[in-house]
Amino acid sequence: MDAILLQILNGLDKGSAYALIALGLTLIFGTLGVVNFAHGALFMIGAFCAVTLQKLLNLSFVTLDETQKDFLGNPLKVETPYIEAWFGPEVGATIIDWSVPLSILFAIPIMLLVGYVMERGLIKHFYKRPHADQILVTFGLAIVLQEIVKYFFGANPIQTPPPDVLSGSVDLGTMVGFDPNAIIYPIWRLVYFGFAVGIIGAVFSFLQFTTFGMVVRAGMADRETVGLLGINIDRRFTIMFGIAAGVAGLAGVMYGPINPPNYHMGMDFLVLSFVVVVVGGMGSLPGAVLAGFLLGILESFASTTWATTTIPGINQIIIYLVAIIVLLTRPRGLMGRKGVMEE
Amino acid sequence: MTKKNVTRRGVLKSGAVAGTGLALPTIFTASSAAAFTNEPTGSSVTLGFNVPQTGPYADEGNDELLAQQLAVEHLNGEGDGGCLNTFSSKALQGNGILGKKVGFVTGDTQTKSDAARASAKSMIEKDGAIMINGGSSSGVAVAVQGLCQEAGVIFMAGLTHANDTTGKDKKANGFRHFFNAYMSGAALAPVLAAEMGKERRAYHLTADYNWGWTQEESIVASTEALGWETVNTVKTPLASTDFSSYIAPVLNSGADVLVLNHYGGNMVNSLTNAIQFGLLDKVANGKDFKIVVPLYSELMAAGAGENIKGVLGSMNWNWQLQDEGTKAFVKSFGEKYGKPPSNSAQTCYAQVLLYADACERAGTFNPCGVAEALEDFEFDGLGNGPTWYRGADHQCFKDVLVVRGNENPTNAYDTLEIVEITPRSQVEYDPEHPMFAGGELGKCNPGA
Repeated sequence: MDAILLQILNGLDKGSAYALIALGLTLIFGTLGVVNFAHGALFMIGAFCAVTLQKLLNLSFVTLDETQKDFLGNPLKVETPYIEAWFGPEVGATIIDWSVPLSILFAIPIMLLVGYVMERGLIKHFYKRPHADQILVTFGLAIVLQEIVKYFFGANPIQTPPPDVLSGSVDLGTMVGFDPNAIIYPIWRLVYFGFAVGIIGAVFSFLQFTTFGMVVRAGMADRETVGLLGINIDRRFTIMFGIAAGVAGLAGVMYGPINPPNYHMGMDFLVLSFVVVVVGGMGSLPGAVLAGFLLGILESFASTTWATTTIPGINQIIIYLVAIIVLLTRPRGLMGRKGVMEE
Repeated sequence: MTKKNVTRRGVLKSGAVAGTGLALPTIFTASSAAAFTNEPTGSSVTLGFNVPQTGPYADEGNDELLAQQLAVEHLNGEGDGGCLNTFSSKALQGNGILGKKVGFVTGDTQTKSDAARASAKSMIEKDGAIMINGGSSSGVAVAVQGLCQEAGVIFMAGLTHANDTTGKDKKANGFRHFFNAYMSGAALAPVLAAEMGKERRAYHLTADYNWGWTQEESIVASTEALGWETVNTVKTPLASTDFSSYIAPVLNSGADVLVLNHYGGNMVNSLTNAIQFGLLDKVANGKDFKIVVPLYSELMAAGAGENIKGVLGSMNWNWQLQDEGTKAFVKSFGEKYGKPPSNSAQTCYAQVLLYADACERAGTFNPCGVAEALEDFEFDGLGNGPTWYRGADHQCFKDVLVVRGNENPTNAYDTLEIVEITPRSQVEYDPEHPMFAGGELGKCNPGA
């Protein structure tokens, strides 16, 4: 039972990342009708916002320590972050320690700007082109973006640890009546799950309870009619692209402490997220979120020793297997809308 | 007066002998001209450095390339000479190889076998490379080694740790300076026994490809010989990024040691995940839970950050060694590039010098002559102490390092500390050892 609960938690955690990326993908597809293969790169850029802020906070001045030697036998260069010199060692160290949560504030304007530039500068020219053209151009853009990141940050993963107080693990089992050490789970992964639920809730609330959201939903249903009413729906959709980029970026920022960011991390999530969107139903926001969590849990269970010994390789194909079954039984996906990608 | 009997038979005989005599130099010249692939004819010789310049191991490849460039400088008499000053063989004089200035071309393996073969092929066929060196993966090493065997050039492998490279996939034209998975097991096991005891239960997570399998096999064999029990061996897909689903079952498996047979990004992520799940804070079977990473590299250690603190593993070489060869190389590399070299850089540097030295001692670039000079060559002064290039399988034997993640690093480079220098005799094995069986070295191919 404890093993099952652990895998459900793992699945929810994986599903959080899938759901956040798939949510952004669906938002872009539902509003602009664009199949954005650069969306994984936005997730990666978000993670590197955290890396960048961490590097900025660690900018240091160098003093020579004559008592210690470096690898060439010269006096050791000791680096002290400016922030520790300005605010004192304790406050400075605390600010650096909280660099990942602080990166959320850093990443929001950057991701909105990246989204805006991407949409205005490139993607808008492909609105009326076939989906194949959109896929090619956005996939090319993803490769360019990841090579730029690799040029500046290298190919090696870079650790972005969580704050000390949120690192380590917590014994969830004892809280629900299990033996000690039965269900130990990393604190940051619980934070990530909570964060994902919060972001998803915020996006849904924004679309559901604001006038802006109402217009966007109307535009998603019938773009031409909304335009005929004198509403500049293109501008709103551009803003939605920025918001989708922001969601992917924030998902990336918070994912850094789970797995150290590297330039390729966006591609690792991209294909899976597209499968999530297809299983959830093209253009369906609740479908994307539901499918994200569902596939995350299934993938988690498929990776257990029992599953891999019973059906070798099941962990690598489970998501695609489910996608095939769903598409055979429900061609529009779990919650797909009629008319989307059907003309 | 002497009468000479000139017969038809005598004329034919004399003609045949004279003809053969006259043709002899031409035969040798002709045979020499087409004797081997890419024989250098001008005043320079071209080496091919095939390293990952893109993809996940690009940083490691870049480090290899820096070391290879440094080796070329030293061979051409530039810089401080590096290990030419400490190398036990004094055949190299800093005037190139056999008097020819050394140049190089580079290829990008992308850490993909097909791309690595294509880049090596291009360097051999288009650029006239006479030797291929480098790489950061066993899959790539085996693929390129096979190509070099067919093409008739020498392959001096870079970082390749799978037993198969000098086991079932060994080739007469291929040589490995780097250590292998068997040696990791043989070096690590006594240290594990000393530090963790002989009654341990190990759980293996293994990258699901050739290198992972041989590493798991080697570590399982050496730890079970100590008395350890293997609780489970789980294969993880190479493309995995989140290992939480594989780590979670370890918690309640009855194991008290987790062995991560992962390398590169896989290792960084699996170790990070294991630390997140609090494995190192756990007590199992009345013992502190431990993690072992059998193969370390400096770049992986940097990627794993604080997570490697206290975690044991093994290495081919480390810049903190105190032998004269290491000191000379670290000084040369450090002053030129401002950082200490990685063990993949060191193996590439050593391989380039070893190739050049073998050419000098053989007096030829002919791969078969070079191979003969490398086989059973005993040397010192390139790091790791006295080293033997065994002729039977073209595997180098030298001391192996057991290292641990440094608890208190003083700078960005001393992330690992040397726990033990395992003597060469402890990691030697018979060429017919079952883990290396199944292949034939075959005959040297000079190509052309």
